[in-house]
Amino acid sequence: MPDPEPAVSLRGAGRRYGERAALRDVSLELAAGQTLVVFGPNGAGKTTLLRMLATLLRPHAGEVRVLGCALPDDGYAVRGRIGFLGHDPLLYRELSGRENLRFHARLHGVVDAAARVQAVLDAVGMQARADDPVAELSRGMVQRVAVARAVLHEPELLLLDEPLANLDPAAVAQVMPLIGPGMRTRVLTSHDPVGGLVGADVALGLKGGRAQLLGPAAAVTPAQIAALYA
Amino acid sequence: MRRTVAALLSKELVLELRTRESVPAMVLFTITTYVVFHFGLDRNSIDGDLASGVLWVTLLFAAILGINRLFVAEHEQGGFDGFLLAPVDRTALFVAKAIALFAYLTVVELFAVPAFAVLLLGPSLGQALPGLIVVLLAANAGIAVVGTLVAALAIQTRARDLMVSLLALPLLVPVVLAASSATAPLLAAGGAGALTGNWMAMLALYDLLFALVAYAIFDFLLED
Repeated sequence: MPDPEPAVSLRGAGRRYGERAALRDVSLELAAGQTLVVFGPNGAGKTTLLRMLATLLRPHAGEVRVLGCALPDDGYAVRGRIGFLGHDPLLYRELSGRENLRFHARLHGVVDAAARVQAVLDAVGMQARADDPVAELSRGMVQRVAVARAVLHEPELLLLDEPLANLDPAAVAQVMPLIGPGMRTRVLTSHDPVGGLVGADVALGLKGGRAQLLGPAAAVTPAQIAALYA
Repeated sequence: MRRTVAALLSKELVLELRTRESVPAMVLFTITTYVVFHFGLDRNSIDGDLASGVLWVTLLFAAILGINRLFVAEHEQGGFDGFLLAPVDRTALFVAKAIALFAYLTVVELFAVPAFAVLLLGPSLGQALPGLIVVLLAANAGIAVVGTLVAALAIQTRARDLMVSLLALPLLVPVVLAASSATAPLLAAGGAGALTGNWMAMLALYDLLFALVAYAIFDFLLED
């Protein structure tokens, strides 16, 4: 029986901003259901990699395949199958958390949207403040609503850029069942050399846009990760 | 696509109702400009070509204010990314924004036209009103289509306000020319004349042409 196609596959992938190369010659494969954790100092290319996989940025070099579709040409086929949580929560400040989620549910064609929105709001512990404008929420609360937005349409692939930023331990415990390791394929970024490896199958270390470290997460040591930041 | 347009449009209108960033500014600008014309022209009343020109140039500049703000929430609050991640026809964003801008212009004119009639216009508006409404709606459609296209282009640049003015004003000259020429007989001193077919045909052709251009290129404006 042939191997199933990887959920994420990069071969010599690169991306530039003008003359500056943000990502250079990155190659990796991630099987469905696995978790890839990406480490690297600021400006290493982590966010660029995530945005490229989310179809928000075009690759300028190499081959990028996500959920069996080649990017950018087949980008339309994977949109809606990806849950993206970036630095920006992608929420309108003057709308409430519930209104934002309903809006995204309509865009994604979520069936029984009201019930699904309520379910994810409950899951992230935001039922009490769900009808307050996002502008009036704390950063941690906004992050919780953003997590709810990212999983609202039950995506196959989660792309998470420092997903636990601004969250207190109780909030982390609430959101982890939604974005933690499980049935979904995940690509996440982290600066935590110990916690970041928890639940990860593959670790990638980026520095200056290049892959300095790539291997099974179990074989990667915190010291190797710390060296990326030196 | 209708479902997506409905979702985007309702979000757009709710945001405008809550922030009141576009329409009130456009209305205030328009009325203030008519007051300035009232004193600046130093005439008790105006009619014909002059009245038509004052009406349309003021509405055009008011439209620029709305065009400038059309994609600000998308740009500053991640709305573009949220939309681009959804499995929807990207043209829906153009359609929703153009309908919203059309609605803003129409609301502005509900205040602007009576203010214009009171502050500047010599002849009575009553007879001219049916024809004027037709011209206003046709011109609004053209401004909405071109304005949305220009706003989507300019929002990606650092000099957004300047880019909107530099791109939209020349592109909208045919609309102002046709709308103003079609309106002039309606505001004539001797009583409202008939609506000019040629100018209305030009407006309709302009609306259609730019709607097709926008449909063809809007996707590319959203590409990275």
